[in-house]
Amino acid sequence: MALKIVKGSIDRMFDKNLQDLVRGIRNHKEDEAKYISTCIDEIKQELKQDNIAVKANAVCKLTYMLGYDVSWAAFNIVEVMSSSKFTYKRIGYLAASQCFHESTDVIMLTTNQIRKDLSSPNQYDTGVALTGLSCFVTPDLARDLANDIMTLMSHTKPYIRKKAVLIMYKVFLKYPESLRPAFPRLKEKLEDPDPGVQSAAVNVICELARRNPKNYLSLAPLFFKLMTSSTNNWVLIKIIKLFGALTPLEPRLGKKLIEPLTNLIHSTSAMSLLYECVNTVIAVLISLSSGMPNHSASIQLCVQKLRILIEDSDQNLKYLGLLAMSKILKTHPKSVQSHKDLILQCLDDKDESIRLRALDLLYGMVSKKNLMEIVKKLMLHVDKAEGTTYRDELLTKIIDICSQSNYQYITNFEWYISILVELTRLEGTRHGHLIASQMLDVAIRVKAIRVFAVAQMATLLDNAHLLTGSMQRNGICEVLYAAAWICGEFSEHLENPLQTLEAMLRPKVATLPGHIQAVYVQNAAKLFATVLKSQEGNTDSTTAQETSQLMIDRLPLFVQSANLEVQERASCILQLVKYIQKLQQKDVEVAEEVIALFAGELNPVAPKAQKKVPVPEGLDLDAWINEPPSESESEDEQPKAIFAKEEPKHSRPRHTEVDEKELARRREARKQEQANNPFYIKASPSSQKVYQDAPGVEHIPVVQIDLSVPLKVPGLPMSDQYVKLEEERRQKERAEKKKKEKKKRKEKRSGRGKKHDSGPESEEDITPAHMVDIVTEEMPENALPSDDDDKDPNDPHKALDIDLDKPLADSEKLPVRSHRAAEAPKSPAEDGDAESAATQEPKKKSGKEKREKKKDKDRDRKEPVVQSEETSEVAAPPTSTTAEVSDLDFWLSNAPVPSNTQ
Amino acid sequence: MIKFMLMVNRQGQTRLSRYYQSVELSRRAALEADVVRCCLSRKKDQCSFVEYKDFKLVYRQYAALYIVVGVTDTENELSIYELVHNFVEVLDKYFSRVSELDIMFNLDRVHIILDEMIQNGHIVETNKSRILAPLTALDKMADG
Repeated sequence: MALKIVKGSIDRMFDKNLQDLVRGIRNHKEDEAKYISTCIDEIKQELKQDNIAVKANAVCKLTYMLGYDVSWAAFNIVEVMSSSKFTYKRIGYLAASQCFHESTDVIMLTTNQIRKDLSSPNQYDTGVALTGLSCFVTPDLARDLANDIMTLMSHTKPYIRKKAVLIMYKVFLKYPESLRPAFPRLKEKLEDPDPGVQSAAVNVICELARRNPKNYLSLAPLFFKLMTSSTNNWVLIKIIKLFGALTPLEPRLGKKLIEPLTNLIHSTSAMSLLYECVNTVIAVLISLSSGMPNHSASIQLCVQKLRILIEDSDQNLKYLGLLAMSKILKTHPKSVQSHKDLILQCLDDKDESIRLRALDLLYGMVSKKNLMEIVKKLMLHVDKAEGTTYRDELLTKIIDICSQSNYQYITNFEWYISILVELTRLEGTRHGHLIASQMLDVAIRVKAIRVFAVAQMATLLDNAHLLTGSMQRNGICEVLYAAAWICGEFSEHLENPLQTLEAMLRPKVATLPGHIQAVYVQNAAKLFATVLKSQEGNTDSTTAQETSQLMIDRLPLFVQSANLEVQERASCILQLVKYIQKLQQKDVEVAEEVIALFAGELNPVAPKAQKKVPVPEGLDLDAWINEPPSESESEDEQPKAIFAKEEPKHSRPRHTEVDEKELARRREARKQEQANNPFYIKASPSSQKVYQDAPGVEHIPVVQIDLSVPLKVPGLPMSDQYVKLEEERRQKERAEKKKKEKKKRKEKRSGRGKKHDSGPESEEDITPAHMVDIVTEEMPENALPSDDDDKDPNDPHKALDIDLDKPLADSEKLPVRSHRAAEAPKSPAEDGDAESAATQEPKKKSGKEKREKKKDKDRDRKEPVVQSEETSEVAAPPTSTTAEVSDLDFWLSNAPVPSNTQ
Repeated sequence: MIKFMLMVNRQGQTRLSRYYQSVELSRRAALEADVVRCCLSRKKDQCSFVEYKDFKLVYRQYAALYIVVGVTDTENELSIYELVHNFVEVLDKYFSRVSELDIMFNLDRVHIILDEMIQNGHIVETNKSRILAPLTALDKMADG
């Protein structure tokens, strides 16, 4: 009765409780922010009171303040946490778990409170402390409490054991030193009689092992046993996932796994488990793919099951099926390719994420045979697609698919160019630059296509108004960048250069973005040179002068451009043209000299080439170049090695005395370097020939143009017609091939680079429409393979890469109950005493437990002697290590009789 | 592992948030808003898994309430999908026909339930009665 009165008086003191707060917020929809700020003020008032019940209530309300910074209440939260009443304590811990983080300073104050709660006789006190701790554990807390938590792992109540085991994972992350001392006990928990504890241990070890699998290989037999005995699907999934991480390290394990996994696939009704099994089987097969040819049945099973998933009406299953399918695709493309129909069907799905998955799959499914067909389907989808994001995705996928592995699957580049040109008609795409770079790449690298490409680009330039018509289409005008450059650079292939020149100098060009205008101006000059050349040959000098006049009339528009780059180039070229005009009026032939301005060939350079240029032997990049005047000789030599001379043929004898041999050697080296120097522009055609013969240079094959396809396509091309043409061509070819098969094959071998031949489709014997040489991107000689390290240096799991089988050293023992003492023992006598006294207690416990556990184990580990626990702790592991390793070998080498290993 | 769990209603208001990997408070709001927008914008006929930045989202809709779970790339989506349902079943059992209001007014209890089921971003317990045991003990304590 008296209690009730007290309670009532407390209740009256409450302004509101959590329920009132929620109700209040709901009733103040209009001025929610204001209401909340008054509530927060109230809470602050309540927190100032001495009554713990009021404080707890205030903190409870704080937990509802999602998204508001409540760090000012941190100290009050600690106060509530330390309340002896469980109902308050749990509120404190709840609030702490929500708003404490590693840099919260009051966490330091909680260490002893948490320790007290951990050892509380009330299991819920302990439980709530463990749960809270898992959210805000810091490295300090982890170090100070590691031993307490480790003790809890052997608590009598499974409820506590379970939580303690789980939180150890966080402790390991924050305080990696604790992993080795705690690991034996964690391992024991895998065989805990309580399934909850067992699954917790599985969880923790799986998570640890996934990051550093090699340290956990010795646990494989144990997990294998669990996998075949457990009925908890959640646990099974974890274990199977773990095996997926282990098999790449131990192929024999994979062999052993296949059977139980396929059994599970057959028997389980849980889709999640099925999915996990399929995933792991795939992983296993990937790791085995080198050795065992005998697993096609398992792959077939997986693909079959996945097909069922994909055909299911449940979108989730469909999505996951496609996801898993793409994993199989990487290693067993053949088995997936037979389901092409299904994948193409998924492109019509309502769900965008499913369509995207299907697209990913298609990427890996193309071959020379079906590329055109697949791209045709995709183009249809591009037309149908609503929403620019999906359409842009389709666009990038089409380009990805076509350009993958160096255009391996493209047999007809005319078709590809027309696809690219068709893509330019997409409204509002963001990927103009992507299309542009593809056009450039193809035009530069596939020499045979240049004539066709130039014709197409000229049409594009002519119809530029279609692309730039509305502002909405802005992204696509990037294409004009490529078009202008291609037309300028390869202007010798142009049908009607004058017309293109005019198109490039239209006033409307001035509305394009600056960088495109700049390219226009520059390439107009190139075109101008070509036009001049053709016109001067005609003896009629007036036309040439007219062309110059055209330039002089139109260029001033660009000279006024606000863009500096455009302005600079335009005024430069304008002056040049004016000078040319002057010469023309004096009847001087200028075309040759103007053309010489743009002479030379541009070769594609691999994106990483610059980075990979090896430093020449003997060159120290850090050394001073101009240091001591006395070493003039070496100073003289160095620049020679670095800077290639323009004309190696005319190299005059140097002042320095070098014998003939040395000279020859140097010349050879220089040639090599020039050939590999991405910035070295070959000066004259004659010198280029020299490089062709040089040994280290990529071959430059003969370009043959097969004119079986009409080059002139009126208006914009239709890629579809190529599909038909290609079909006809292939048929014709097949017939022809029968006639003179051997001859042709020989030719082809020599004509094409080996690299492009080695693809899996080479058996199909589809010859490209023209002998296409895909110029490989230039790379410096002896370029090093990419050594980019993918590992994230900040990954906390890196610290957990610890050899767990090594014996435990004394220094590694967990610090116990000595606040900060473990780190810096000041006086050895005092600290050492305290520590050893403290360490004794838990160890005794663990020793005892171990003995009990081990009674039924037939490990040849010695029974620890009670008097010398220290030594037994240290000495026992090595024997068990070797035993375990050999155990593993024995277990793996044996036929599937898992029962005889325990 | 599970990175976070959110309960959001159709209006995009967060009803519960629990992070198993610390995220700065200032970034939580932005993250939640983005994640929620991502999930709410999806139609019923779309699948429940979303690839979001470097992790995955698994969500499930119950009337006007969405439960969104952020998981790492390696997690099994379907098992999380089932976990969400398991969680809702537990809530349903405890509140007997759970509604959004139950969750709002008993946020601390929902947290207890969640903590019993997930710890450190790992599934600890899926058995309904064992999940509810501490909570019923607590309720008895409060009554007494």
